[in-house]
Amino acid sequence: MELKKVAQLARLYLSEQEMEEFQKQMKSIFQYFEEIKDIDTKGIKPLVTPTPMEAFFREDEVIQTLSVEEVLQNAPEKSGHLFKVPPVV
Amino acid sequence: MSKYGDWEPVIGLEIHAQLLTKSKMFSSDSTSFGGGDNENVSPVTLGLPGALPVVNKKAVELSVKVGLALNCKIRHFSVFARKNYFYPDLPKGYQISQYDEPLAEEGFVEIYVDGQIKKIGITRAHMEEDAGKSTHHGDFTLINLNRAGVPLLEIVSEPDIASPAEAAEYARTIRRILRYLEVCDGNLEEGSMRCDCNVSVRKKGTQQFGTKVELKNLNSFRFVEKALEYEIERQIMVIESGEKVIQETRLYDSAKNRTHSMRSKEEAHDYRYFPDPDLLPVQISENWIQEIKSSLPELPIYRARRFQEEFKIPEYDAFVLTQEKDIADYFEEVAEQSGNPKAASNWVMVELLREIKESKKEISNVKIQPKQLAQLIKMIDSKQISGKIAKTVFAEMWERGQDPQFIVKEKGLVQISDPSSIEKMVEEVLSSSPQQVKQYREGKKKVFGYFVGQVMKATKGQANPELVNKILKEKLGD
Repeated sequence: MELKKVAQLARLYLSEQEMEEFQKQMKSIFQYFEEIKDIDTKGIKPLVTPTPMEAFFREDEVIQTLSVEEVLQNAPEKSGHLFKVPPVV
Repeated sequence: MSKYGDWEPVIGLEIHAQLLTKSKMFSSDSTSFGGGDNENVSPVTLGLPGALPVVNKKAVELSVKVGLALNCKIRHFSVFARKNYFYPDLPKGYQISQYDEPLAEEGFVEIYVDGQIKKIGITRAHMEEDAGKSTHHGDFTLINLNRAGVPLLEIVSEPDIASPAEAAEYARTIRRILRYLEVCDGNLEEGSMRCDCNVSVRKKGTQQFGTKVELKNLNSFRFVEKALEYEIERQIMVIESGEKVIQETRLYDSAKNRTHSMRSKEEAHDYRYFPDPDLLPVQISENWIQEIKSSLPELPIYRARRFQEEFKIPEYDAFVLTQEKDIADYFEEVAEQSGNPKAASNWVMVELLREIKESKKEISNVKIQPKQLAQLIKMIDSKQISGKIAKTVFAEMWERGQDPQFIVKEKGLVQISDPSSIEKMVEEVLSSSPQQVKQYREGKKKVFGYFVGQVMKATKGQANPELVNKILKEKLGD
């Protein structure tokens, strides 16, 4: 049930067999999270990143890295210099 | 405000502002509007494996600027999050945005409605990236990723807005502030500023909110107002007919002046926000905040108030003159240099703004320098030229950008202030219009204007009008 939704959101299509297999794995993952939930985290700040580094910024400069041809190189379908994809509306 | 009977609308706005950076939020591709299809696209924009985003410092700086101008608290530590959804206009499969730790929060903005200042709360302002542009062609869709990754600031208001007119004024105020700060050009038509409205209705006096509807596709302030008008009436009708308002997104159709439901998605959104592991939290030092704070310009509403007090100009004039920063700067210089703020306000508001509007010019391209307009005003005040002649001189200045003194000299437009020559002119006019003189003496005082007109005509408008009046009165025996 939960697995089906997760798969759907990630656009993964799972066979019956895969479903069964992953269901077991997911169950143990969820159980692990249940255990973690029990830990008392009072007074501990949420960890956003394990590497407490200073933020790194880029200066506002334009650098062209790819040509249009390169940008479109891997596109299965294109029209002129635009990507062509299945209809989305 | 009994327009809606027992009902009252509750409105909040979400404004997306495209930040004026040269490069994108997380990569160095250009943000320029004119680029050819997919020309401004990098591996980061494409979401190629291994490509990593790096934050544009300028985008953060501009965002902090807006946050401060909107009286927000700026977080020293703010986090980028992934908003996950599949749509081909963002190839990564997620939009980088901010979720529970936005850059700026808990601010307010003061707007001017019905002659009063009203405070509208700002819930938050957060940074995010724009998506690409899709064009739909029936059985396929075309994608241009030039816009994907362009930095946006989303400004969310509290539901403090009580009418469609107020909503439009709030949006205009935000636009003015963004333009004053030079962080966004505020072009609704081109989409560099977008307004989405959340609106619900409730019975007057109740505290609980009704079900809200989100309105999109509002590409002018007038449409913001009209779409809200329509939507409020629609919601009241729905509820009064015993039905329920559905929480949904509706698009405004300006041609039909109505809103219609966007096809709802089969499943509810589940964006599964989580901190983006590719990006470190943005740390903003107090020093940096102070530095940005000290660079903030005086904001329009406060500038208008100062103009009113300092220059003793009417509230309305002060409001009009402070709509755009460069116009306010222009006016202020003319006011100071001419020493006659009232005249400066009239010339800028009436003559200059009219010409600018008609020629569709930007004030930065106007040939008349503030100093020159101030000189023109001084020439009127010192009676070198009349107000009427000044308009002719102004037109010349607009075309050629030369000093008023030069034009006056060149065209021989100096005011005739010599009483004896005016007297001569007056005598000629009176002797050639015996009929009118008779009428005047019989009590038809309105004819006086005719005499003044004749004298002015004979001098091509160059006679000093005060002297003309005075001498005419003497000659007519008043």
